[in-house]
Amino acid sequence: MTSVSFISNILGPRVSSNDLLGRRMHFVIPTIMLSLARLALIISVFLPYWHMTLEAPQYPNGLELTAYVNHLEGDVREIDGLNHYIGMRKLNDAASLERALGVWMVIAMVVLIEMAGLVHTKWALLLVIPALLFPVGFLVDLQFWLYSHGHNLDPAAPLSSSVKPFVPPALGVGTIGQFRTIASAEAGWYFACVSSLFVAAALFFHRRAFKPLFDKMQIAKAGG
Amino acid sequence: MADKFLDTPHGALNALIYRGNTMKNRQLKFALASPLAFLFAVGAPIPVIGFSLARSVIAAPLQAPVEQAPPESKKKKKIGAAKEEKAVEFTPANFAEIQKLANDRKLTPDDLLAAAKTYQPSGRHDEYIMFASGGHSGQMFVIGVPSMRLLRSIAVFTPEPWQGYGYGVGEDVLKEGDIPGQELRWGDTHHPALSETKGDYDGEFLFIGDKANARLAVIDLRDFETKQIVKNPITMSDHGAAFVTPNTDYVIEGGQYAVPFGNAYATAEEYQKAYRGMVTFWKFDRAKGRIDISQSFALELPPYWQDLFDAGKLASDGLIFGNCFNSELATGGIELNKPPFEAGTAQRDMDYLHIIDTKKAEAAFKAGKFEKVNGFPVIKIETLIADQILFFAPEPKSPHGVDVTPNGQYVVVAGKLDPHVTVYSTSKIKAAIADKKFSSKDSYGIPILDFDAVMEAQVELGLGPLHTQFDDKGYAYTSLFLDSAVARWTLGGEYSSLHPEQPWKLVTKTPVQYNIGHLCAAEGDTVSPDGKYLIAMNKWAIDRFFPTGPLLAQNFQLLDIMQGGAAMPVLYDSPIGVGEPHYCQMIKADKLHPWTIYPEIGWDPQKQAIDPLAPKAGQEKVVRNGKEVEVFMTAVRSHYFPENVEVNEGDNVTWHITSLERTMDATHGFCIGGYNINLSLEPGEAATFRFVANKAGVYPYYCTEFCSALHLEMAGYFRVKPAAK
Repeated sequence: MTSVSFISNILGPRVSSNDLLGRRMHFVIPTIMLSLARLALIISVFLPYWHMTLEAPQYPNGLELTAYVNHLEGDVREIDGLNHYIGMRKLNDAASLERALGVWMVIAMVVLIEMAGLVHTKWALLLVIPALLFPVGFLVDLQFWLYSHGHNLDPAAPLSSSVKPFVPPALGVGTIGQFRTIASAEAGWYFACVSSLFVAAALFFHRRAFKPLFDKMQIAKAGG
Repeated sequence: MADKFLDTPHGALNALIYRGNTMKNRQLKFALASPLAFLFAVGAPIPVIGFSLARSVIAAPLQAPVEQAPPESKKKKKIGAAKEEKAVEFTPANFAEIQKLANDRKLTPDDLLAAAKTYQPSGRHDEYIMFASGGHSGQMFVIGVPSMRLLRSIAVFTPEPWQGYGYGVGEDVLKEGDIPGQELRWGDTHHPALSETKGDYDGEFLFIGDKANARLAVIDLRDFETKQIVKNPITMSDHGAAFVTPNTDYVIEGGQYAVPFGNAYATAEEYQKAYRGMVTFWKFDRAKGRIDISQSFALELPPYWQDLFDAGKLASDGLIFGNCFNSELATGGIELNKPPFEAGTAQRDMDYLHIIDTKKAEAAFKAGKFEKVNGFPVIKIETLIADQILFFAPEPKSPHGVDVTPNGQYVVVAGKLDPHVTVYSTSKIKAAIADKKFSSKDSYGIPILDFDAVMEAQVELGLGPLHTQFDDKGYAYTSLFLDSAVARWTLGGEYSSLHPEQPWKLVTKTPVQYNIGHLCAAEGDTVSPDGKYLIAMNKWAIDRFFPTGPLLAQNFQLLDIMQGGAAMPVLYDSPIGVGEPHYCQMIKADKLHPWTIYPEIGWDPQKQAIDPLAPKAGQEKVVRNGKEVEVFMTAVRSHYFPENVEVNEGDNVTWHITSLERTMDATHGFCIGGYNINLSLEPGEAATFRFVANKAGVYPYYCTEFCSALHLEMAGYFRVKPAAK
C-alpha cells in the first residue's frame, strides 16, 4: 500500500477495480486517443510536411521542393543553382538543426504523450504541450527560415542589384524575379495537426475520467 | 490483472473486451498476461518501433544521394502531347478568316488541308521520327514527321563541332574508321537501319554504312551518338549497308564496286580473275552495343557490283537477298574506246538476284571453312556452292531495290532499266532450292534458279523503278526515277483481302518533284508497317525552293497514304540543305526512349557507364608529374572550376571535365581557342581529351553553348609558359 500511495502522490490516483464499475469507457477513451495521437505523429514523419512549386517561363514543368521532418526532396540542386545568382544560401543550410533533430523531437513527443497517459493529474497537460504546439511551431519556424534566407543575400552576387531582399510566404503565392512560388502544407503536417487534436480531445476525456478520482484522493488525504 | 495496465493500449483494449470478473475470464486474462503480452502492455514498443523505423529515414538522406535521372512519373504533364480539350467548332468568323487567308495567299482547300495535316502547335511533338542518311555529309538527320522539322543531325563519319565530335572528344571513334596511313574524315552515308527485335523496330540502335570507304557505324539511341566505326578490311566500297536480320544478330554490309580483296593490286584485264564483290555479316553484340569483329565474317561474291540487300523475315527468316547490276563484268574504259560503264553494265537482259542462306553461312564460318584476308574470315565461292549457301535467280536488267514484304513471303526487285517490278515468292525459292531447279550456273559455278520457278508476278509501273516500301493496307509503293513519281500498286497472296483492287496491279501514280530516289513509309520495312506517311526522297529540287547559288538542296516530300485507292496527295516539301540523303528509317516516336540527361554525374558516353576518374564537385585539381599534366575540371552554371590552368610549353595535357548539371537542356560547351578544341558537355557527362601544349601563350577557354544569364562570364584562361631558351 505504501508504494501505491507514493505513486499516487506523484502521478495521480490509480484506478482501482471499483472505479471501473460502470465507468470503464471513461478510462479507456483517453488511452485510445493518446495512442492514436502517437500513431499519427509517427506516421507523419514518413510523409511530406510542406511543398513549394516554383513556376517560370523556362521551366515548363515547374520546379518542386518538398520538405520532410528531416530532409528536403525535389529540385533542390536546381533551386540552389538558381539561388546562387541572387546570393541566397543553399536550401540545406536552412533549419539544419531542426532537421537533424526532427525525428528525435517527434520521438520525444511520442514518449512524452506515452508518459502523459500514466499521469492522472493536471500535470499531464505539461507533458503534451510540445505535441499540441508542434504543427504551429513548424510553420512559424519555416516562415522564419524563409525570411532569413530571403534577407541574408550575398551583396557580391551577380544579380544582387536586380533582386532585393524578399520573403517567400510559407503558405500561398509569392513572386521572386521571374518565379512564382506556391507553397502549401502537406499530408505530414496534417497528420501532426490530427495528432494535436487527438491530444486535446484526450485531455478533455482525461479530466472527465480522473478529476473525480483526484478529488476523492484529496478528500481522503485531508481527512486521513 | 489487465486492469492494472489500463494506461496502455493493450490494457485499454483488454478492458473494453473483457467485462466482469468471472473465474473463466480471470484465467483467460492470466493466459494473456504472458511475458510477451506484458512487454506489449507496457506500451514501450510504439516508440521503439518508431525509433528503429525513423532511423532508416534519418540514415537515408545522410548517404550521399546518387543523382538519378528524374523518373517519368514525377513529371506533371507528359511533354509533347496535346492538351485534352473539347471538340473544336469553327465559328462563322473563323470560316471568314480562313476564306480571306486562302484568297490572300492563293491557297486551295487542298493546300489548307495539307497544311493542317502537317502543322504542329508549339510544344507538340511529332508522331514519327525519321532517321535520314546525310549522304556525303557523313552525318545522319533526325526529322519529325509529319511536321518535317529537322530536330538535329548526328555526326557519324565527319567531325562536327556543335556535338563536340572530333575536336577533342570523339576522335577515338573516328580513328577506328581510318586506314593505315590515311585519316578518313568524311563518309558517303546511304542506308540507315534501325535495330529490330522479331522484325519490328525496337528503338535501341541505328546502323549506317559509308559507301566511299566501306565502313559501318553504330549509333546508340539512348543519347543519339556514334559509338563505333568499323572499317571493312577486305574491300573499299559498299552500298547495301546497312540492313539488319530480324533480331539484329547480324548487320549486313553489301559491297558495290568490286576490287581485289585486301587492297591488293590488279589491272582491268584481270577483272574476272582478281576482282571480287562481297557481303559482310557483322555480328552485333546488343549487350555491349557494339559490333563484335571477332564473330563477323564475309562471303566472297563474283564482281557483279552488288547493289542492295534485305533480310528475309517471318516466312523467309534465315535468308537474305541482294541484287547486282554488272553481271556483264564490264570494265568500262570510255577513254580506250570501250563502252562506258553506263552502257557496259546494261548489256544483258538479266542480272542476278543473290539468295543467301544465313544459317548455312554461319555454320560454315563456325566450322572454320574460310580463308583470311587481312585477318578477316572470308568464305570462298567454292564453299558457298558446296555448302549451298548462295544461289542466283535471274532479275531483269540492272535492277535496283530489293525489298522483302512485311510477311516475308515476297521479294520485290525494282527494274531500274526495266519498267517492271519483279516479285519473287520466297516459298517458291525455297522449293526450287530444295528441288534443285537450277537450269544453269554462272561463270563462277554458282547455281542459277529457273526464273519461272521462283517468279510470282511482274507489275509494270513506269520508267526507272528503284525502291519499294509497304503499308498496312496491302499496298506497295515504288519510286519511279525517270517518271519522277511514286507508284502505288497492290500486293497479292494474303494481302489481296486488305485492299479492294486486283492483286499485282498498278493503282495510281503521284508525281513528285523531282527525280525520286528512295522512299520511306512509316515503319515500312518491318513486319508491321503503319502506313499513314510516305516520304519521297527526291534527288533534284530544281525550282521548288529559292535558289541558293548553283548548289541546291534535296527535296523530301511528304505524301499522305492514309487514304486508299487513287488518293495519295503530296502534303509538304521539305528542303534538306546538307548532303544528299538517300534512305531513311521512320519509327513511331513512342518506341524511342532517349535520355534527357545522363543517368549520373560523371557518365562516360563512350562506355555508357560512370567514369571512375571523372571529377565531381570538390574534386577539382591540376596534377603535375614532370611533363605530364592532368586537369580535373567541373562545369556548372555559370563557371568552370578551375578558371586558371597553367602548364609549360611541351607538356602532355590530359584534361577531364565533368558537367555537374541535372536539368534538361543545360548543356555547356568548352573550347580552347587556338588549340582546335571544342566539346559539348550534356548534363552529367564526363569528357576527357588529350593534347600537347606545343604553343606558348595565353589561350582563353569559354563555354560555347549558351547556358545561362552569365554565359559570357563562364570562361577561364589556359596559360602555356614558354620553355626557357
